[in-house]
Amino acid sequence: MTLWESLFRENGRPAGALETAERTVSCATLASASCLAGKLDALRGRNVVVGVQSQLTAGLLLIELDGIARRMVICPPGTAREHLSYVLQTSECDVWIGDGDPSLEPAGKLLRLEASELPIPCAVKRERQLDSEWVLLTSGTTGVPKLVRHTLSSLLNFIDAAGPRTTWSTFYDIRRYGGLQIFLRALLGGSLVLSSPNESTEAFIERAAAHHVSHISGTPSHWRKALMSGAADRFAPAYVRLSGEIADQGILDGLRAAFPSALVAHAFASTEAGVAFEVEDGLSGFPDTLVGERRHGVELDVSGGTLRIRSPGNALGYLGDVPALRDSDGFVNTGDRLDLRDGRYHFMGRTGGVINVGGLKVHPEEVEAVINAHPAVRVSLVKARRNPITGAVVTADVVLETQVSGAADPAREQTVRQEILVACRASLAAHKVPALIHFVPSLAVSPSGKLVRPNA
Amino acid sequence: MSIRSEITTLFEEVARDQQRQLVPLRDETKLLESGLDSLSFALIAARLEESMGFNPFDTADEFPVTFGDFIRLYESQTQSS
Repeated sequence: MTLWESLFRENGRPAGALETAERTVSCATLASASCLAGKLDALRGRNVVVGVQSQLTAGLLLIELDGIARRMVICPPGTAREHLSYVLQTSECDVWIGDGDPSLEPAGKLLRLEASELPIPCAVKRERQLDSEWVLLTSGTTGVPKLVRHTLSSLLNFIDAAGPRTTWSTFYDIRRYGGLQIFLRALLGGSLVLSSPNESTEAFIERAAAHHVSHISGTPSHWRKALMSGAADRFAPAYVRLSGEIADQGILDGLRAAFPSALVAHAFASTEAGVAFEVEDGLSGFPDTLVGERRHGVELDVSGGTLRIRSPGNALGYLGDVPALRDSDGFVNTGDRLDLRDGRYHFMGRTGGVINVGGLKVHPEEVEAVINAHPAVRVSLVKARRNPITGAVVTADVVLETQVSGAADPAREQTVRQEILVACRASLAAHKVPALIHFVPSLAVSPSGKLVRPNA
Repeated sequence: MSIRSEITTLFEEVARDQQRQLVPLRDETKLLESGLDSLSFALIAARLEESMGFNPFDTADEFPVTFGDFIRLYESQTQSS
């Protein structure tokens, strides 16, 4: 069943709506209006990139295109223009749907369509044509996005059939996996209040309260910012959800204190593995009884020390010439290391050392390459340090050439520290620049000659 | 150096490093209206943990909302430790 058919099946008119700070668009509008008025027919069976800037328009286009396009590639906001030609080529897309700003469009021979921000009245013919593929982008090792293939069915795996009507909201953009889950949940059972990139956290929370949002999701970093905004006491949701980063006990306790009448739940999900579980007991980590249960067909495996997930909610795979998504057993290895204590699994960081700074990934090697380019540096090791605001920050242990032979020189260290930071700020995104740099006499090297990484 | 002056200096340093426009800091200044972003606060917390040796967020009852709250969070833990 397509998203359109799910929305319009009961009584023919969906009651849900998408709401922004400026306007509300009822899903029922799409029965006789379109953001691609007169152009939708031309997209049947084709591979299209949804590259519009407006989150509202993107949401409407997903409803319109599912079942029509063979493949929809969903560009999240901020997708670098220099990566678009790779995205188009890898996904074999020849249609670009933008909102009319040529400076944001990719080069090359394409069918270029301009979506209207809001649906324009027109005749809408819906014949179910095909099961569309939904392709999401995640950040890869080198900054080039990875293209992750889903179907509507895999995206909906953890979503129960519609219950009572609910007004949802999310700090996420709906073009990322965490936000897309909420978009689909909301549409199938109510309405969705969309966040806005230009709105303060306080204004967004006040708007959510004014729109009677009862269910709301975000990352732990979103929620820490919400608690720091001071607006939480003007909002009384019934359900507060965290996902996208590991929820520590501090943020769970903070939310329980701020929203005493809410159920605070944290979910484990990734674009590749899908939603694995939800925990509602207010404690960080998850009970070991979840391993072996098969809620929504999700199998968890922890035997290798990391969390592996085999589920109908797994992505189908990656597009392009990248390593396979699943291992030989058909599991997706999340790379999240676990420790079992007192009947509960706790997250201990990631294999390979990938650092999650407020929901943004950092690959240590990328930062080390910049540090190691400094002429005074012999070698460096970049790692995560726990942080109460963003979950983690990046730190670097640096061995200087001079330290090999002589004693530490604080004045020189301070100079080199500043020079390293200047170099990092010039070539790396702000969240990748080390928060702290420590000079150390040496770093451990394994028998195979590699740096010993704390989380490897 | 007092905790207040150490924290004030750190806010100014991080704002400069992150190229953010810091508003004049008063006790009632809301943190999210100070001109700093989440990453800036993360850097401040990391550096304070380095210099003071503790992270008061772990045991705090609630998150600080104003600059005054932020200073009291660190001062209270210093007095109690």
